[in-house]
Amino acid sequence: MYQYVLKRLLLMIPTLIGAALLVFFLLRMLPGDVCEVRLAGTGLYVSQEEIDLCRADLGLDDSLHEQFVDFVGGYFTGDLGRSMWTGQPVVHEIQVRFKLSMQLAIMATLVAVIIALPLGILSAVKQDTWIDYGVRAFSIAGIAMPSFWLGIMIILGLLIVTQAWFGSGWMPPINYVSPFEDPIGNLAQLIWPAVATGYRYSAVATRMTRSAMLEVLREDYVRTARAKGLIERVVINRHALKNAMLPVVTIIAIEFAFLMGGLVVTEQVFNLNGIGKLFVDSVGNQDFALTQHLVMLVVVIFLLTNLVVDVLYAWLDPRIRYS
Amino acid sequence: MKNYVSGFRARARAGTVASLLLGGAMGLGLSAQIVIAEEAQNGGTLNFVVAGEAPSKDGHREQTYALIHPYAPFYSLLIRVNPEDPQSSDFVCDLCVGGIPEPTNGGKTYTFKVKEGVTFHDGQPMTAQDVKASYDKIIFPPEGVPSSRKTFFNMVESVEAPDDTTIVFNLKFASGAFMPALATPFNWIYSKKDLEEHGYDWHKDNVNGTGPFKFVEHQPGAFVDGAKNENYHHEGQPHLDGFRAIIARDMAVRIQAIRGDRAAIEFRGFPPQARDDLVKALGDKIMVQESDWNCVLLYTPNHERKPFDDPRVRRALSLAVDRWGGSEYLSRIAIVKTVGGVVFPGHPLAATDAELEQLAGYGRDIEASRAQARALLEEAGVTDLTIDYNNRGVDQPYKVVGTWLIDQWAQIGLKTEQQVRPSPQFYAVLRNSGEFDVSVDFNCQSVVNPIADVTKFLGSAGNNYANYEDQALEDLYTELARAPTFDEQRTIMRKYERIALDEQAHLGVTLWWYKINPHRSYVKGWKIAPSHYLNQQLDNVWLDKSLM
Repeated sequence: MYQYVLKRLLLMIPTLIGAALLVFFLLRMLPGDVCEVRLAGTGLYVSQEEIDLCRADLGLDDSLHEQFVDFVGGYFTGDLGRSMWTGQPVVHEIQVRFKLSMQLAIMATLVAVIIALPLGILSAVKQDTWIDYGVRAFSIAGIAMPSFWLGIMIILGLLIVTQAWFGSGWMPPINYVSPFEDPIGNLAQLIWPAVATGYRYSAVATRMTRSAMLEVLREDYVRTARAKGLIERVVINRHALKNAMLPVVTIIAIEFAFLMGGLVVTEQVFNLNGIGKLFVDSVGNQDFALTQHLVMLVVVIFLLTNLVVDVLYAWLDPRIRYS
Repeated sequence: MKNYVSGFRARARAGTVASLLLGGAMGLGLSAQIVIAEEAQNGGTLNFVVAGEAPSKDGHREQTYALIHPYAPFYSLLIRVNPEDPQSSDFVCDLCVGGIPEPTNGGKTYTFKVKEGVTFHDGQPMTAQDVKASYDKIIFPPEGVPSSRKTFFNMVESVEAPDDTTIVFNLKFASGAFMPALATPFNWIYSKKDLEEHGYDWHKDNVNGTGPFKFVEHQPGAFVDGAKNENYHHEGQPHLDGFRAIIARDMAVRIQAIRGDRAAIEFRGFPPQARDDLVKALGDKIMVQESDWNCVLLYTPNHERKPFDDPRVRRALSLAVDRWGGSEYLSRIAIVKTVGGVVFPGHPLAATDAELEQLAGYGRDIEASRAQARALLEEAGVTDLTIDYNNRGVDQPYKVVGTWLIDQWAQIGLKTEQQVRPSPQFYAVLRNSGEFDVSVDFNCQSVVNPIADVTKFLGSAGNNYANYEDQALEDLYTELARAPTFDEQRTIMRKYERIALDEQAHLGVTLWWYKINPHRSYVKGWKIAPSHYLNQQLDNVWLDKSLM
């Protein structure tokens, strides 16, 4: 197993190099740059001299290979450079957002798992009953409903309902506070986006759990377990569920990785200062330095998540052995 | 709900606006008097939302309101727009003493006395030497040091500080553009010692001013916090204990933040629909301030592309645009409203309505104008023209007005292929590649300074992307910049406007922007200015606790 993990880790290197090349050159193919946005984007007068100074200052005048070496070299020296927009160290820019995105991803995953597993199992066990139809309708609605739209509806709903009940509208806080400083304030802010994203996430996982369970429930060893006279709860929980979890774990893990960098619109809707919002801002500002490191961060998260999923497979299904 | 409309033309049309937009029972004068008569209360923290994040903390190098709104409260200026009447063209002393001095030496020397006893937030005393060091950095930056407003001061020969309380500006020639340039809200006074000891880049990341608030914290992407400066040099101010500028790029979030009282105000401006929604939801808990905005949305024909090298075609484009009708209809959905020429509407140097109506595209009879436009196109041999039209991927007001323009030009038989691009790509096309027939463009300025602002229409201006040379216009501008009397300035300005918008129709003015600031009624003291860059030091802002 250790050899397998090591091999997988080494295989990440060419993937990372490919991703680095791709993001670096694709970004530089885009017309315009951060100095145009920063200085000309306000409509105020700006001289070409100022824009040239800005470009020189940010190293945009350097040759492409120098810029690439600077970008990749940062991973070896530990200096990832500075954001071209704010001038702050890239590590700092990412660090302050990472904890929020991580917390939100965990909360949304918990919401999804809490909803998806019981409903998926119930739907499979009660196949073709009104319970099954209800769960399927609920999950299809979740897939059909974009989480940002649900987020907007949640905010508007809160405002309207609280205004009607208490006379003044209430909406979730728009500034992040750490759960260690103010757990209530933290929850008041993050529970809503966690529900909005967790619902869509749960819809996918519910459907996957249902179909995986249906497949497993028709297996011989489940029939054997029932023939042995085991009670249904034991059959489901001990014999069926664990084996049905392989595709479900994959879905949950991929969604989790996606949440770490992909909550672009939901973060905007709730004004969450997370990685997704940073992504949008950095792309909008043509902040190459930050964007390329963010892309690499997401690539690393996906690679590591995939590795963790593969290792989990072995635990879930002892027949799987890696060498 | 209380509301009042400010602006050079506010009084003339306050009744119309009130009945048309808001239907409020309170008249303009009454609302304004109520605000003035109230006694300021001390205490509280003002939360406000800002739509962007400043690229750095250095006012001398940056251009954006995303810097002004959170950071202007940390600094003082030598002179500023009157915070009690920001709609006026009056300037008042901030760090100087007494009134604004009259120039001597034939209008070429301005001598200011600087306040004594003012200290920077780190305790250093502020003197005229700091003012000189700051203006030297702005006007004569060393090579490699960026200064975004250096060109505003091309009339300045030197800055001197003969002693610690006197600062002297020596001009090369008398210019009406000097004082407005001096009052530009980015001209923050830095400490000479900071500049000498830490270098010219230090203010990118650090704050040390003499303003009403002291810098507390900037959490990237989230907020900027300021706390009251107990040693502020305007007695009795600031009233607030502090402020928090919350960064919220999404307009819906900013609107909902005010509705849900997570923020009390947004200083840039909302579209009319947002105002109406907030008023409907919050009733008397919201107050609306409105003003003409010193921003104009333009379209720029690329003179290097045929047939836009032909003034007849450019005039036809302008003649097709129904500005008076657009003002009425677009102002219901977009942040544009006022019909104007090259000068900020309502300013004494601006054209009156009667004068505007003499220009191509400003006539009241739009059908006659369009008939003239079709005739001009025919005369120029233009048939079946499709315009490659560059627009910016921002709703307000670019996409809204851009779509309207397509329809206006369709009325004279022109087809338009609109390319809506994100800001970086939009600028790349507009400024660099020049691959457009016509592009949306805009001119947003801070202090109303028509003589400086109209340089946008000069082919030689760095922010003019129409690719033309017009020596007659350049000569006229030189004459304008040196005209000693207001009457002469006004006469020359009309000639300048006629060439720029009519005879040559180098650029097309669509509509001037209109600033709408709905805010929580408990925010008092802040008065809307004709620019989102102005009046943002927040020293006179207070919170009415009885309304919270």
